[in-house]
Amino acid sequence: MKHIAIAAALAGLLGIGLFLASAETRPRIEESEKPPTATADDMAVRQTLQARGAYLSRIGNCMGCHTAQGGRPYAGGHRLDTSIGTFVTPNITPDSETGIGHWNEDDLWRALHEGKGRQGAPLYPAFPYTEYTKVTREDSDAIFAYLQSLPPVEQKNPPSEIRFPFNLRPLIYIWRALYFEPGVYRPDAGKKDPWNRGAYLVQGLGHCNACHTSRNPLGASQGGLLGGGQIMGSNWYAPSLTSLQEASTADWPLHDIIQLLKTGLSSRAATAGPMADVVSQSLQHLDEQDAHAMATYLKSLPQSDPRSRGVAPPLTEEVDKLLARGGDIYKTLCEDCHGNLGQGRPNAYPALADNRGVTLASPVNAIRSILYGGYAPVTINNPRPYGMPPFAQILRDEEIALVLSYIRNSWGNRGSLVTAIEVDRSRKGAQ
Amino acid sequence: MKRLFLIFLLFSALAVGASEILAANAPDTMEERVKPCIVCHGPEDKKGRDAYYPRIAGKPQGYLFNQLRNFRDGRRLYRPMAVLLEGLPDQYLWEMAMYFASLKQAFPPPEPMKAPPAEIELARKLVTQGDPARNIPACVDCHGKALMGTTPFIPGLLGLPRIYIMAQFGNWQHGGLIRGQTPDCMSEIAKKLTANEANIIAAWLAAQPVSEALLKREGPAPKLSDELARRCASIVLHSGQPQSQ
Ligand code: HEC
Ligand code: HEC
Ligand code: HEC
Repeated sequence: MKHIAIAAALAGLLGIGLFLASAETRPRIEESEKPPTATADDMAVRQTLQARGAYLSRIGNCMGCHTAQGGRPYAGGHRLDTSIGTFVTPNITPDSETGIGHWNEDDLWRALHEGKGRQGAPLYPAFPYTEYTKVTREDSDAIFAYLQSLPPVEQKNPPSEIRFPFNLRPLIYIWRALYFEPGVYRPDAGKKDPWNRGAYLVQGLGHCNACHTSRNPLGASQGGLLGGGQIMGSNWYAPSLTSLQEASTADWPLHDIIQLLKTGLSSRAATAGPMADVVSQSLQHLDEQDAHAMATYLKSLPQSDPRSRGVAPPLTEEVDKLLARGGDIYKTLCEDCHGNLGQGRPNAYPALADNRGVTLASPVNAIRSILYGGYAPVTINNPRPYGMPPFAQILRDEEIALVLSYIRNSWGNRGSLVTAIEVDRSRKGAQ
Repeated sequence: MKRLFLIFLLFSALAVGASEILAANAPDTMEERVKPCIVCHGPEDKKGRDAYYPRIAGKPQGYLFNQLRNFRDGRRLYRPMAVLLEGLPDQYLWEMAMYFASLKQAFPPPEPMKAPPAEIELARKLVTQGDPARNIPACVDCHGKALMGTTPFIPGLLGLPRIYIMAQFGNWQHGGLIRGQTPDCMSEIAKKLTANEANIIAAWLAAQPVSEALLKREGPAPKLSDELARRCASIVLHSGQPQSQ
């Protein structure tokens, strides 16, 4: 009986999906006309366009998602774990069989702006068109010119493994009707130029909000813009860029923000995991003006969201004892790099004192750092970064909980105690 | 506005000069940079905590480099290594490989082999002569007469814990899981061995002392013939050619 009900519900949804599909295929409003540069057959113009496209693709990190680790650039095959299954990204080199060799500028514009494939089928929002929709037609055409100038790579990637019922593409129409609104970024007339440029990059190509917001179970962003959230299908928490207790940079000098964007390191933070990838694959390439613009915008974000650090424990004798045990582990295994006062060493080992990444209410990132270690992002300015050892194989869950509770409550830090169960969940859960 | 921009340029030049290397307040050495590796692949005084971590000091640079790339790119499947190396470019891995290859390290005392003499003899024969009738080459053919590896890619076999060698045989024989898809002569060979033969070979290798003379060896290990080097490099490049740098 229950099965029949589910089947009926699904059929209904599919029906709605198909209906919305037909509604969506009605004449579209073109946002802007194709600029004349694209058709100019002047070589120099073309090359300038491609160079701009190369830069913009980096800021959009198209290569990061469309390249497998160690694989051919842009040939796809990168696996993206999400809550509805694993996506295998497509080949976007101009190979006509396995890539997008048959695409034209309009096709790419439709993909970025409307989230539709070449045949008009809706694309999954794992491809962050919910943010790329803000990209201008001009920039889209430059990216297209660049992609088409790449060497074509013949590489057929395995299909994505999306779970039923989400593997039914028409369902995306429902999702889109609920959650997707196409629209190019509109500059705020009341703001200066660097701010508008920064907002355009952060909200659009930079697709920061694709990670830095909380999502409902259907993967639609739910929280405020850049308000922070757990990344779906992973064990990473992307902190709020609008909370001073998390990752707001409102009280940072601009040059610290720029350094964080371009190197992933600053005196107050070190990027790790997905954010380290974003820095080394994308943000390090920001030119001076764009880095400045992005920093200006980030600094101006409202601090609307005073997420709490969680409840720090009262320092009873019992808690003190626990922390002292954590302190012993710290002395033996961590102090060498992070320092006796958690001060770290600039540009090599991050300070843990006054580091918001350590005291976040959700300890998942710090647990991950201790379990699996990792190197700071590789950038032009830091080609041989220093690294953090993994401790999963030598520390038990309880010991990791102790040492983490210790660093969350030392040198002026205050944060909730971490339990062995939380560590265990990170070990066993999604990566 | 223009002045502001100039001031900003000055600041950003201070923070991150055009493309100058960040000055770090830590020793500018490979030793410092491979500290994350040392937790498991430590020098002798940390050995033996977990037999599953192979010794990497003194192994051929090309071999280590290829394994690092295989881990990073998921051709050799072992998550902790993949996570640690994520995003590191070839150049940096090459330097790490060079560092470990340059280390000379003291080896642990051999583990005595507890087996009937006939089995010990069988293991010795397989290692030094192979079994031509079953098309099993001798280990010494590739790994060198002294079993200490050959340049550029073939690792030494002595000074490894028995359990580690057994685990590697298990992976080659059952394929897939840890080995990923590297074309690798070892899986062909391992599949021809019986489980017992693999076990006694592992025990025999772990029972051999690593001679003083070898430890003092200067210069590179002996070179493997080109044909074998090509076939057994255990790495594929996009062109299908094995990597050699
Ligand atoms: C967060 C990962 C991610 C990023 C970043 C990303 N993509 Fe994608 N892209 C995907 C996924 C996943 C799909 C497949 C979506 C689907 O199957 O519905 C895709 C699909 C596409 C397609 C459709 C290909 C086809 O054959 O239908 C194009 C074109 C494309 N992306 C171009 C780009 C460009 C250009 C950029 C940079 C501006 C970019 N992508 C950045 C994940 C990403
Ligand atoms: C693929 C997901 C992803 C994207 C895209 C992303 N971030 Fe992040 N970001 C994270 C995660 C996860 C963290 C937490 C880990 C860390 O601290 O590095 C983080 C951390 C940060 C931090 C805090 C760094 C610290 O350690 O305090 C800042 C600032 C930040 N991101 C800014 C941005 C900006 C700006 C963009 C867009 C240009 C962006 N992020 C895009 C996932 C992402
Ligand atoms: C060999 C030096 C080294 C040792 C030893 C070390 N770390 Fe780290 N640690 C680092 C480096 C380098 C990073 C930055 C990694 C990155 O950017 O991804 C880091 C990052 C971290 C972070 C994340 C900080 C942030 O800003 O997100 C935490 C938490 C941490 N370490 C805790 C520990 C603890 C606890 C120990 C001891 C059990 C320890 N570390 C031992 C080098 C070390």
